[in-house]
Amino acid sequence: MEWRDEGIILSARRHGETSAIVDLFTPAHGRHMGVVRGGASRRFAPILQPGGQVAVAWRARLEDHIGSFTVEPIRQRADILNDRLGLAGLNALTSLLSFALPEREPYPAFYVQTETLFDLLSHGDAWPLAYLRWEVELLDQLGFGLELNKCAVTGSRDDLVYVSPKTGRAVSRDAAGDWAPRLLPLPQCLLGQGAVTAKDIRDGLSMTGYFIENRLAPALGDKPLPEARQRLIDALARYE
Amino acid sequence: MSQATKDIEALITQMAKLPGLGPRSARRAVLHLIKKRTGQMAPLADLMHQVAQSARECLNCGNIGTADICDICNDDRRATGELCVVEDVSDLWAMERGQAFSGRYHVLGGTLSALDSVGPEDLRIPQLVDRIAAEQITEVILALNATVDGQTTAHYIADQLHDTGIAVTSLAQGVPIGGELDYLDDGTIGAALKARRRF
Repeated sequence: MEWRDEGIILSARRHGETSAIVDLFTPAHGRHMGVVRGGASRRFAPILQPGGQVAVAWRARLEDHIGSFTVEPIRQRADILNDRLGLAGLNALTSLLSFALPEREPYPAFYVQTETLFDLLSHGDAWPLAYLRWEVELLDQLGFGLELNKCAVTGSRDDLVYVSPKTGRAVSRDAAGDWAPRLLPLPQCLLGQGAVTAKDIRDGLSMTGYFIENRLAPALGDKPLPEARQRLIDALARYE
Repeated sequence: MSQATKDIEALITQMAKLPGLGPRSARRAVLHLIKKRTGQMAPLADLMHQVAQSARECLNCGNIGTADICDICNDDRRATGELCVVEDVSDLWAMERGQAFSGRYHVLGGTLSALDSVGPEDLRIPQLVDRIAAEQITEVILALNATVDGQTTAHYIADQLHDTGIAVTSLAQGVPIGGELDYLDDGTIGAALKARRRF
């Protein structure tokens, strides 16, 4: 068995004294693991940092074997190491992908969106909104999509300010009525309306966090949520 | 297999578990030691026994020594107000080999790691904060690895120390001594270019 692709490094664990087991997110083969011979060496250390992008060839005798990778660097994203907020974003991204994506299921369109977000991380202040949209897309890709374009009660497309924690559908201000305190706030930036505020991002991450924790995690066997996500939220709060 | 041969085989098996050694190299090492048993093996065995009894972590900095407080922490000449934070004892020993730093150290015992679920509470960060107040530290030097985990930890510590008002610095990143640009990775070249200085 053999294929060639490219991928983003999600993690690299030492395997024995000289090799590493690398977890990659690839466009055509999804999240895929493999052994990199010599991956524990100093030569490979910069290439196998999380967030780095590599060209990869995978070989194994049988399809269900872990197999081995040969990797060539494409992009390293090392400039992010000096950006504390960007680094927090990178950690949240890689750990959420490792946490949520099933192995060997391709998500080509989601890969493109993820790659773009990785590129955005080292470019200024625009990425928190992109990250929030990415979490919404992650939920969608894994079957827990939110329906934010019309009110679940009235069908109206106006004044959508809440999300139902039960259904993941938007609810308008009028339709919410007395139920409003039980609903999750829907940040307007997710609807493409108004300027993006720190509160919007906080509300948005709180909303996606609710569905990641209460819908996605139980479907994955109640795995604990990656701490890196909470550290990103804390870091964003610190820089508000 | 006689009992004597079993003992030697057991020794080879134990040696083969050491980093850098496999069964073949362990066999060679054991054979060498047996041939030099008076001059090398017996003193080695004595020293290993002695260190096994006395080795412990320094209660102050986390360095490994044979007393509760290590020699570096006990040395008043090293109370310069500078505290170098390293990930592991091996990093501390590397810094000491370089003889470029005359202050004291603090060993974290690891780095924050999303993959291995290592959080701040698993590292010696609270002890670091305590030391800064107790030892009149004026500068904390973050000598952590230039990896995602190392720098995540560095940023976390810098945030924790933000309100203390002391200087927090980190090691420079760039071209190593003897390094050839052609063989450097893109990230190192980029970091070196950003940190360029007037010549």
